[in-house]
Amino acid sequence: MHKEAAIREPLILGSPTYSDISNDVLFAIENKPTKLWKVLMVIASIAALWGIGCITYLLGVGIGTWGLNNTVGWAWDITNFVWWVGIGHAGTLISAVLLLFRQKWRMAINRPAEAMTIFAVFMAGLFPLIHMGRIWMAYWVLPLPNQFGSLWVNFNSPLLWDVFAISTYLSVSLVFWYIGLIPDFGTIRDRATRPVQKLMYGLLSFGWTGNAKAWQRFEEVSLVLAGLATPLVFSVHSIVSMDFATSVIPGWHTTIFPPYFVAGAVFSGFAMVQTLMLIVRKAMRLEHYVTIKHIEYMNIVIIVTGSIVGVAYLTELFIAYYSGVEYESYAFINRLSGPYWWSYWAMMTCNVVSPHLFWSNKLRTNLAFTFVMSIIVNIGMWFERFVIIVTSVHRDYLPSSWSMFYPTWVDIGVFVGTIGLFSVFYLLFLKYFPVLAFNEVKSILKSSGEQYKNMTDEEFKTLHPVFKKDIK
Amino acid sequence: MSDKTIYAIYDDDYVLLESAKHLVGKGIHIRDVFSPFPIHGLDPVIGLARTRIAMTAFIYGMCGVAIALTGMWYFMIYDWPLNVGGKPNFSLIDNIPSFVPITFEFGVLCAGHGMALTYFLRNWTLPGFKGRNPYPRTTDDRFVMEIHAEDSKLSAEEIVAFIDETCVLEIDEK
Repeated sequence: MHKEAAIREPLILGSPTYSDISNDVLFAIENKPTKLWKVLMVIASIAALWGIGCITYLLGVGIGTWGLNNTVGWAWDITNFVWWVGIGHAGTLISAVLLLFRQKWRMAINRPAEAMTIFAVFMAGLFPLIHMGRIWMAYWVLPLPNQFGSLWVNFNSPLLWDVFAISTYLSVSLVFWYIGLIPDFGTIRDRATRPVQKLMYGLLSFGWTGNAKAWQRFEEVSLVLAGLATPLVFSVHSIVSMDFATSVIPGWHTTIFPPYFVAGAVFSGFAMVQTLMLIVRKAMRLEHYVTIKHIEYMNIVIIVTGSIVGVAYLTELFIAYYSGVEYESYAFINRLSGPYWWSYWAMMTCNVVSPHLFWSNKLRTNLAFTFVMSIIVNIGMWFERFVIIVTSVHRDYLPSSWSMFYPTWVDIGVFVGTIGLFSVFYLLFLKYFPVLAFNEVKSILKSSGEQYKNMTDEEFKTLHPVFKKDIK
Repeated sequence: MSDKTIYAIYDDDYVLLESAKHLVGKGIHIRDVFSPFPIHGLDPVIGLARTRIAMTAFIYGMCGVAIALTGMWYFMIYDWPLNVGGKPNFSLIDNIPSFVPITFEFGVLCAGHGMALTYFLRNWTLPGFKGRNPYPRTTDDRFVMEIHAEDSKLSAEEIVAFIDETCVLEIDEK
């Protein structure tokens, strides 16, 4: 048997059998929804409907109903877009990068994190589409033959790169997620007792059989998809950052943007995974599978990426001074002491100072503290995007056009609506989909499960005799 | 030669793996194994060749790269050379740097989806198909070997006797 070092903490607590693992994870699917789920669903649906209403109003009236003006042409819309895309980075990072590094702790969290990724990218994709105002012309971003002298889209523009990057990211993540889900749907299909359930999960499971060759292909496909998704994760947010970096706006025109955005994305994504997982593990009684050790590992990722983000902020500030370009310097002086100083300092406190509290072992393994921190980081990362976008453009080269951005109720409504819509999707996922990749979790039971971990070979062989003559 | 199918049902992956080694050592061919999760180390024991599905991903990816480059050459260089900000598009080689992102993305798109489709077709798993596992619990906590008596020189009775030496939960003959 493959063994882990004794010093590593177990990843599965207690002594579950293989069928216990299925029972624990599938409890929500095989039973009626709880009251908590129903209450949350009602709240989320109200927010989602409000958001859909705001979007409909926006499309009817035009984007003038947002608080945008001549000077500030991008504000909450693109802030929310980048925020959601950033959140959408943790899932694939967990499932792809951690798979390549053979980190077994990913197994308990990759499924819910990937679901988060997919729903977050849905929300992100919504913003550029509604920002077009005339959403029915959204197909103009595709290189289609047309009647305008066959004028094609501009392949030199990062905005078009973004179209390709985000749609590739979304669809490849979806495929990666679904291929992992198929064996688990197979289990639900084979356990289902009600005919409707049997039919639905039968369709979803694609007729999964689980024979040796299928598993061999499954592992190979997962590995190759991880290899493909890893550079994809890095490319997507690099390209998002180039939407800004390739323009000549002081405050945007910096070469540090791609790595800085990627680190920020991972940072905010892990914070959102923490927010969701801390609720899910408690509400669905999955504490044996998503242990404090898992939470601690994610907090360590938050320290690392938070530090990278902090270094990037300070580098940016130093370069603005050191470059000697007065417009660049002014953009940064304005950020930290202009009318939006509060957003800059909110960002600095939430993203640069607060993650370092996690250096303390006591705080890092404290669930309530982690939950509060994850919310703080989410807020901080929203402010980061707001600071970058709004403070860079609200005072442009011509002081007579300087202005401020004030969000209207539609701005707020659309943002709240995306949170609601995201929550609706996520709650449906929690109820109808296997929340953990439980079949993969079974495969690490013998190497990382608490009851097996520090067993000697002798003890293991007595517990699992191979030949009948060995049974004592 | 009889064409009897024997299913040996185990409740543990380790026991199945060790039993498989024992049976293969006796000259029994194991046609297939059904399990709820991949059993590492089983493939060489039952003589399963490595899958070539990764190579298909490479081929699809390269096709994607070729399509993306050809497309962008046609759109931007040949059909309508846009001149944005006094920076015209004259030749593919000069323009390649700004084509890199989309070439990469499209390559990944084709590799990922092409491989996924190949995977579904080779496994014969598509929406609406029925699961072909012999017992429903093989997707939960049972591990089953499928042995065909015609595959090896031993008789069905001898095979069953060898299987019975191991800690098998149940032997099912069909």
